[in-house]
Amino acid sequence: MHVHIEGDEVLTCYLQGEIDHHSAAYFRDTIDRQIERKQPKVVILDFSDVGFMDSSGVGLCMGRYRLLAQTGAELRVQGAGGNIRRVFLLSGLNKLMSID
Amino acid sequence: MKAINEMKLTFESRSANEGFARVAVSAFVAQLDPTVEEISDIKTAVSEAVTNSIVHGYKDQIGRVYISARIYADSVVRLTIRDTGCGIEDVQKAVEPLYTTCETGERAGMGFAVMEAFTDKMRVRSTPGKGTTVYLEKRIRSKG
Repeated sequence: MHVHIEGDEVLTCYLQGEIDHHSAAYFRDTIDRQIERKQPKVVILDFSDVGFMDSSGVGLCMGRYRLLAQTGAELRVQGAGGNIRRVFLLSGLNKLMSID
Repeated sequence: MKAINEMKLTFESRSANEGFARVAVSAFVAQLDPTVEEISDIKTAVSEAVTNSIVHGYKDQIGRVYISARIYADSVVRLTIRDTGCGIEDVQKAVEPLYTTCETGERAGMGFAVMEAFTDKMRVRSTPGKGTTVYLEKRIRSKG
């Protein structure tokens, strides 16, 4: 598991590997540190290189959504295909944020 | 109906074993020549059930998670994922989408909803103080 993070006002986080309850803590802590440091207006979570995700990924997005809402910042999801997209749509996450 | 093949797996309720469990079950099911999507469905459902045992069943304790996987002649896979943790007081409520007892906001409450959506049948039996068993069934259709 790894996350490559680029940008400042628009912070793009390229997640890599598998997202489950075990790995979610790593992704959460790494992303939150950058959010705290850079105070972005938009955060994009990119799932293009995620090989597996269960509903822990929904929790990861909802947690960041709540964190960013405190400062009026926006969260977007991109690169979510296959079962990852199915899990997001099943949870209704698309009603809270843009999912591409 | 008698199973034509069966495997059993026991492991400690450590989060590092979530990946091991879903890969082990999907490797067993691979003999039915499933599609990539069917394997992904099984991995996702198993991951949810095992995570529930670790996070909710045993909470801060280490217990054992028991999985059995059976293959039947009509390419049906039946899985049971069992723990002897704290159990669920109200199963009907627990299976409702978005219901969660997690107060940190980092759990979505989607575990049972995902298991139900990604398999053909799901059943949950739980006794408070004794543990929870999740039964999952999926027919592999790609063969032949």
